[in-house]
Amino acid sequence: MNANTLDAELAKSLPLEDFDVSQTELFARNGLHPYFERLRREDPVHYCKDSIYGPYWSITKYRDIVDIDTNHKVFSSDVSVGAFVLDDTTLNAVDGAMYLPNFLGMDPPTHDVHRMAVSPIVAPQNLLRFEKLIRERTSEVLDSLPIGEEFNWVDLVSIELTTMMLATLLAFPLEDRRKLTRWSDIVTTRPGYGLVDSWEQREAELLECLAYFQRLYDERKALPPRPDLISMLAHAPTMQDLTATDFLGMLVLLIVGGNDTTRSSMSGGALACHLYPDEFTKVKNNPSLLASMVPEIVRWQTPIAHMRRTALEDVEFRGKQIRKGDKVVMWYLSGNRDDEVIDRPMDFIADRPRARQHLSFGFGIHRCLGNRLAELQLKVLWEEATKRYSRIEVVGEPTRVPSNLINGFIDMQVRLHV
Amino acid sequence: MPKLIFITSDKQEYAVEAQSGVSAMEAALDNLVPGIDGDCGGVAACGTCHVYVDQTWLAKTGAAQEGIEQDMLSLTDNAGASSRLSCQIIMSDELDGLVLTMPESQH
Repeated sequence: MNANTLDAELAKSLPLEDFDVSQTELFARNGLHPYFERLRREDPVHYCKDSIYGPYWSITKYRDIVDIDTNHKVFSSDVSVGAFVLDDTTLNAVDGAMYLPNFLGMDPPTHDVHRMAVSPIVAPQNLLRFEKLIRERTSEVLDSLPIGEEFNWVDLVSIELTTMMLATLLAFPLEDRRKLTRWSDIVTTRPGYGLVDSWEQREAELLECLAYFQRLYDERKALPPRPDLISMLAHAPTMQDLTATDFLGMLVLLIVGGNDTTRSSMSGGALACHLYPDEFTKVKNNPSLLASMVPEIVRWQTPIAHMRRTALEDVEFRGKQIRKGDKVVMWYLSGNRDDEVIDRPMDFIADRPRARQHLSFGFGIHRCLGNRLAELQLKVLWEEATKRYSRIEVVGEPTRVPSNLINGFIDMQVRLHV
Repeated sequence: MPKLIFITSDKQEYAVEAQSGVSAMEAALDNLVPGIDGDCGGVAACGTCHVYVDQTWLAKTGAAQEGIEQDMLSLTDNAGASSRLSCQIIMSDELDGLVLTMPESQH
């Protein structure tokens, strides 16, 4: 019995009260969808009484997720009461982990001040400025790929393009850009998942990250303001009392948000093109479909599998009693497969009508800040790829990230056909 | 049916008809008016249907409502006193002739 059949069977036979969809093995073997399907049908607001993260609620239907996401007065992101991810160790000083505060983990009004300090980096004027650079780099990367030979798409395309972009936003030395990839990866991991061996190692590497950026910060503070994120932080009047801890917290948010996410969409897009070659051909023959193909990739992949909130008060939701302090997980990965809102949700449909209606960027005040930039990077990548190739073939099973947050890939062997 | 006019930041005018009871955002989407995305489907949760209400119409449409609409606009570039999320403007005969201008930043 292969893993997919096993999960399909288990999802049918396991009592609902024993469901724990946060298990990272399920993500690593892409086995989640049958469990989510049953939850959406039979118990859409589900209580998991025990997991390695403690008890938590799962919100699995599209509209319920929108309701929770837009009700930040009851369902808080604030680090003082919990975290915006299920695993408290990602951002809080528990079990040997570090405290990494940032605006995604804040409620208004502080949230608004911190968010507005960095949001101009992705303002439309800046995006126009970036497009030419993105196209040059994308063309250069694609032109360097072998034809008809296997290679790891994640490494040579997804990581390379997103890390260069992030380095540009931060004005980070390009030759050191793979440090950004490493720091991004270790923020969202725990010891024992193949990246770090101990909490001490994770902390030491994150402190190296802080020291590196502290140098950049000091240099830019001494210079006139420039349009990069570090200079913006150094000169923002509202950010002058940023502590080292605040600075590192902000950095990890910018690094993970600006890196892991689009990386996973670039890899997921390659898998979609392999599994649905006719959709790839449709776009190749009609590039105007990029306008729906790009949001469809972001929906189909759902690079951030969940965001979590913490209930600030006792509240009844869809007949369930959520108590103050409870962890409430919005499974975007499930909501994006809800057939009450999305037609044929398992399928990748390049010309899907109203493709922009999906949950992957979240909704409400914490909606993804860089979504326009992400879409621009994806649009350029698939525009250039459909020009060059007739087919993208994924060879064998890709290796997925063992994470319930980052829905992405470590290795995806691809063969390109002209 | 009430008519409304969308004016893009580069001064292109789109006159569309809307059924009473649908939002200005939906009318824009149904008529492929560029610059209105409406990613969240009309619950004031994405900020991609930001418009400026022409001053003469503001009394009739009302200003942005307290709660999620104001919260989202406070995080939106170039939002001001006449800003609304067009998904929260519900068309009626009273709004026949409504003029909505779009910000530069939406696209």
